[in-house]
Amino acid sequence: MSGYWIGIITILSINMVFAYGIYLAVATGQLNLGGAGFQAIGAYAAAWLSAEMGMPLYVTIPASILVTALIGFAFAFPILRLKGVYLVLGTFAFAEVVVGIIINSDALGGAMGLPVPDYIDWPVPVAGAVIAALICFYIMSTRLGLVVRAVHDDDVVSDLMGVDVRLVRVAMFALGAGLAGLSGGLYAHAYTYVEVQTFNASLSIYVLLYVLLGGAQTPWGPMVGAAFFTLVPEALRSLLPELKMAVMSALGVEGTVNPPDESWRFVLLGVVTVLMMVFRSEGLVTRRLVERLSHPFRRSAAVKEAEA
Amino acid sequence: MSGAPLLSVENLSISFGGLKVIDDVSFSLEEGGRLALIGPNGAGKTTIFNLLSGVYRQDTGHVRLGGQLIDTAPSRKRIGFGMARSFQNIRLMPHLGVVENVMLGQHSRADRPGGLLTPLSFFGRSQARAEAEALLEDMGIEVVPGQDVSTLPYGIRKKIELVRALAARPNLLLLDEPAAGLNGAETEELMAFLDRISASGVTLLVVEHDMGLVRSLCTRAVVLNFGRKIYDGPTADVQRDPLVLEAYLGPRHSDKSEASDVA
Repeated sequence: MSGYWIGIITILSINMVFAYGIYLAVATGQLNLGGAGFQAIGAYAAAWLSAEMGMPLYVTIPASILVTALIGFAFAFPILRLKGVYLVLGTFAFAEVVVGIIINSDALGGAMGLPVPDYIDWPVPVAGAVIAALICFYIMSTRLGLVVRAVHDDDVVSDLMGVDVRLVRVAMFALGAGLAGLSGGLYAHAYTYVEVQTFNASLSIYVLLYVLLGGAQTPWGPMVGAAFFTLVPEALRSLLPELKMAVMSALGVEGTVNPPDESWRFVLLGVVTVLMMVFRSEGLVTRRLVERLSHPFRRSAAVKEAEA
Repeated sequence: MSGAPLLSVENLSISFGGLKVIDDVSFSLEEGGRLALIGPNGAGKTTIFNLLSGVYRQDTGHVRLGGQLIDTAPSRKRIGFGMARSFQNIRLMPHLGVVENVMLGQHSRADRPGGLLTPLSFFGRSQARAEAEALLEDMGIEVVPGQDVSTLPYGIRKKIELVRALAARPNLLLLDEPAAGLNGAETEELMAFLDRISASGVTLLVVEHDMGLVRSLCTRAVVLNFGRKIYDGPTADVQRDPLVLEAYLGPRHSDKSEASDVA
């Protein structure tokens, strides 16, 4: 495999793990816009243990999960008292605080960042993505998953049905933070360098977009969303110059055509995002779509019956 | 039934911003009974339900269920005492399927099928799913796998909400306007449905405006007006009670001769 594709598979896997982390919170109806903060905690935990303590991978990666999950757990109690847009702002502020602390911390390298001695090759992030997906599919198939979805739909009625709404939300938020931390740990070792500028606000927005536009109703959504938003910009990288060439030659422009500016990729991505919000506001993958794909024959039988 | 009643409401009061919405209301309900809670709009019927189920906390007074004091228990624990409710506007979970909504009703039971981390659908049907489907079919609702709640007619959704409450195996069922929005045929079906539930030993407390349904379903009625109890007795006599007539029709109409004057 070429270096280019190894790079793509690595970042795709890390993004999927990250998306699953945010998905678990979103599945209970809590929008988490602090993704970059949690990923930063995981990345710096792994980087620091590896660089300063000389810890091996099998310590640093689990540590990145545990540390982030614990911080997520502690943070969940005050933050989940907030609702709606205030919760979104609260989680966003959390990420900014994390970045602020890291940038002012000498032990973590401040703005310079930390080099990470241990390098992991692409199979490790891929394994991480598979495990994260299996965990989420498993949880969502259990009674806990049923309760998570119920809390998302109507917390008052869930409470009256005997569901401990707060416990469910805190548990899912903390577990999600753990997965976001894992994505950070994988990132630190895959790129062998962490710097705080990576974990910026647009990263938090992107990962939330993976989940919301992929679809938060089923665990397929984050996978599809992360894949879409990782692969489409890459595809545009080679497609855009060809597109410009075609447009130019159609217009009759002669001679050499300079490739379009890089930023056009993001313009197109923005347009795609807006279109998806308009035409598929519940995400690319909805529960109904999954049902239809998994029971094609039953579906058509029911339709025939209705038509008869 | 000898001894204490199943439900006893004692001197319940609650105010919202100085307005006394429930004012010293007391009533009791024996096991297996069918009691209607009626009154004009804004009389406080749904507020009573919200106090019983713990959505609101009373200012003063007590609620006992099966002899146990439940009025200080958090709302999520109350279903565990054997009290389930339906809602005035159907509140099924829109993103859960029909069977999944019913499975949610099982959640509070100590003997519910399957633990928190038992898969409900990974490898075929789980015990929880089988039980929910059996309960739905038993209540005459056809189970179509993977069916969405939102695509079903109003009357069926209303029934599913009842089945969800029944999945908790309650002793006491609080029904908030079960017939609202139903047509004649659907109301009759609902009546038969509630008769079966009652016959199986479930005690019913019903808020309802349809007096026909109230008279044929319930033997006793409690009438509220402006948060106070103004009548507690047989449903047969409720429409002859002067205080009740005054509450519904205004003071002048309580006297028959004056009523004909106005007409």
